[in-house]
Amino acid sequence: MTRPVLERKPLVAGIERRLFLRQTLSLGALVMLSGCDISDQDQVQSVLHWLSRWNDRAQAFLFNRRRLAPTYSESEAVRDFRYNAYFPIAAVPRLAAADYRLELSGLIEDKRPWTLERLYALPQQSQITRHVCVEGWSMIGKWRGAPLGSFLQRVGADLSAKYVGYYCADGYYGSIDMPTALHPQTVMAFGFANETIPAKYGFPFKLRIPTKLGFKNPKWVTTLYVTNRPTGGFWEDRGYNWFSGL
Amino acid sequence: MTADAIHRVSARAPDARPVLHPISRRIMHWLNALAILLMIGSGWRIYDYYPALPLDFGFPYAYTLGGDLSLSEALNNEDGLANALAWHFGAMWLLVLNLAAYVVIGFLSGHFRRDFLPLRFSAFRDDLLAALRFRLVHRLGEYNAVQKLLYWGVLFAIIITILSGLSIWKPVQLQALTSMFGGYEFARIVHFFGMAAIVGFIIVHVSLALLVPSTLVAMILGRGPHRAHQAGEKRP
Repeated sequence: MTRPVLERKPLVAGIERRLFLRQTLSLGALVMLSGCDISDQDQVQSVLHWLSRWNDRAQAFLFNRRRLAPTYSESEAVRDFRYNAYFPIAAVPRLAAADYRLELSGLIEDKRPWTLERLYALPQQSQITRHVCVEGWSMIGKWRGAPLGSFLQRVGADLSAKYVGYYCADGYYGSIDMPTALHPQTVMAFGFANETIPAKYGFPFKLRIPTKLGFKNPKWVTTLYVTNRPTGGFWEDRGYNWFSGL
Repeated sequence: MTADAIHRVSARAPDARPVLHPISRRIMHWLNALAILLMIGSGWRIYDYYPALPLDFGFPYAYTLGGDLSLSEALNNEDGLANALAWHFGAMWLLVLNLAAYVVIGFLSGHFRRDFLPLRFSAFRDDLLAALRFRLVHRLGEYNAVQKLLYWGVLFAIIITILSGLSIWKPVQLQALTSMFGGYEFARIVHFFGMAAIVGFIIVHVSLALLVPSTLVAMILGRGPHRAHQAGEKRP
């Protein structure tokens, strides 16, 4: 599957801007008195990478599994939520409800796939919480879904394992820490704004995790797995912090 | 061996000039300068991805920190934000740990009490008027009331910027702090103006250090330049 990440920007405008940037002093150049930005040196990248791993540990330490994300009133919830993905809205995966199966894998006892009918029959709860994007914007929305923790328990997942990973219909992938997976507000969101979640927000379901940045809230989830091996993620492999907790 | 000790060994006669800035303070000053520069450079790029203010304003990429954009797209398939965030959340440890050491040492050593206090309104008014008429004499090693207020002010601005930054970073775990700053969205605005206050201080601070270079020498070597070069004194 191709990932149209590079098509996000008009190419020509981008090239002109880059030529200008290359010929201009950057802050890094001022520090290093060299022609290129210090950020791009391999040693600097290693240090930044190491610091990001350190920040994973610091954030895991700060995470309190009983602390709930603030909730808001019905009137504060946005219905026309921002569409956000690494591809245009026309490329949104449109999964057929009848054919959909949620695959389970890894340290899970009962790995039989789940139909949408069975998933939708799970006990559900609503939340009105703030979605915070790594870019800085935030939006309050109302989601309805089944707590991921009870689902993992039901299928006999090893709850002492370290990670819960996901694969999505658009090629997106990633993982979260087990304490966050078991957090009471982490849900498999089947509904948005009192309706079935539409395709552009992740039909048949999105993992709604109000204690994580937006990019750790995957849409169009097709596989969940439990593992002890650290996994990367679509944006994490592009330099973003893995834990990314709020 | 400390820089002071080196100086003592190499000098023919004992150096009569007092040490204005002990080595610990000089190290903390320059570490702080580095941390602030990294935080502002990366913060400007982060700001550009989704400006907190409803204004058509952004920082030119050339003055932001976070790597070459085309390289970032070619190597990482990412448009240049990840690096800026990595810098910001890396340099924050240097900023916070260094500042904490400075505040603790500043209190315990008496540096704050001796050099930044007392601060009286009448003294501030007199010194400010003198400064505006270019009649304020700079005495090395002794801060006037305007300087004292600026140093307290920038310390306050840095602390507010750190706290508002923490409430943006952890609006769930530190939600009480985030509410104190008026919620997630307003905390971003506070964070921006905290940065602006620090930048304002840096402009004044660096300009004055360049106007009175002996202060810069003292922050590097610990002591001012040779007595004969000091302002207000005649060469022998």
